Amino acid sequence: MEMWLGYMRLILDGAWITIQLTVFGCAFALAVAIVAGLGRISRFATLRWLSVGYIEFFRGTSIFVQLFWIYYVLPLMGFTLTPMQAGVLALGLNVGAYGAEVVRSAIQAVDIGQKEAAVAVNLTRYQTMRHVILPQAIVIMLPTFGNNAIELLKGTAIVSLISLSDMTFQAQVVRAQTGNTAVPFITILILYFAIASVITFGVRLLERRLTRGLDGVRA
Amino acid sequence: MDWDWQFVWEILPTLLEGAKITVIATLLGYLLAVALGLVFAILRRSHNRLLSRPTAGVVEFVRGTPLLVQLYFLFYILPEVGITLAPLVAGVIGLGLHYATYTSEVYRAGIDNVPRGQWEAAKACNLTTRQTWRHVVLPQAIMPVIPALANYLIAMFKETPLLSAITVLELMNQARSIANYNYRYVEPITLVGVFFLVISLIAVMGVKYLERRFGSHGKRGRAAT
Repeated sequence: MEMWLGYMRLILDGAWITIQLTVFGCAFALAVAIVAGLGRISRFATLRWLSVGYIEFFRGTSIFVQLFWIYYVLPLMGFTLTPMQAGVLALGLNVGAYGAEVVRSAIQAVDIGQKEAAVAVNLTRYQTMRHVILPQAIVIMLPTFGNNAIELLKGTAIVSLISLSDMTFQAQVVRAQTGNTAVPFITILILYFAIASVITFGVRLLERRLTRGLDGVRA
Repeated sequence: MDWDWQFVWEILPTLLEGAKITVIATLLGYLLAVALGLVFAILRRSHNRLLSRPTAGVVEFVRGTPLLVQLYFLFYILPEVGITLAPLVAGVIGLGLHYATYTSEVYRAGIDNVPRGQWEAAKACNLTTRQTWRHVVLPQAIMPVIPALANYLIAMFKETPLLSAITVLELMNQARSIANYNYRYVEPITLVGVFFLVISLIAVMGVKYLERRFGSHGKRGRAAT
């Protein structure tokens, strides 16, 4: 029993790393998604092309390849990253590319009349986006963002392959030390599922909070 | 950083060897995902709660946990209960099972979109449950969701490098062993990236074609009812 408590601590340490990766990765992905999503529908052709290039590249290659490239090839160009930084960068850029398409389609899904009304009351482009379009678009984005966050959580498992001691990595350590496979792996499966459930629950709360006052507007 | 073409030509045959395994794993895994997903979707709609509840539980659990851990589970834990799988077999089952939970959601959306009247009409014609599914509901449910199903083929293809973690000698694993052996990471890993990018872009064009072909078909079908 004593022994298992020690190993449990190891796995919980890993869970902390997994949570950090998920939180930082999501924050970074969100920022990238908004920038690239807005860039995708920008007035300026250069911005549009840059965004499309980024989105297609990161959606088209595997997260696995991106992570390895960032971790092993970037140092040769002079950027050395810790495994944690490489993990957050790869996860954020990868999930951000998927998120950018969500941002784009959500903004385009906001009724055109809203934009026309904003023009009619003489709002600037920035004001229109900030106070009229985005508050409504965010509600459309949220459920998909929730799914993306869970995808990102599951993606964190692969950073164990670049020697970051996340939950999956620690489970491997416990397996190697005890020779018992079932206990560590079932434990982390349950922990992953628990974290995913927290995300689902949080997104649902946020959705309820943000839709307040939009009842008349939404179909 | 320097790019060595000589080295690229040297390693290309080995990488193609790995690419072959990647493609095989993708196709077999996808077949399993498409078949099993349909089973999940139908079981989930069953009126028998002993069938629908556990299916829903399994689908939610598999979808909420990482594929990598599931692969470890299949590869390291099943042997302890007497089921030893070859790496590729474990990989294909892992991919298939994981993506079946995604495709089952796609099927579910398709089935939900079949108008109620179709079920009622089937009942009126005295079709059995089996006949209703087989001849009335599924043909209408599946056609419009074919593009969405195809999207998961691309998604799954990009997840195959995970199989390297359970020692399958697919593309990424070959690239890593070449890289570790020669201390050169740039060429092998970049080539793998290019391979994925090219295949994905081609596949995306394929999906766009399917969208034109079947997406519109679905709309016409629904408009007529």
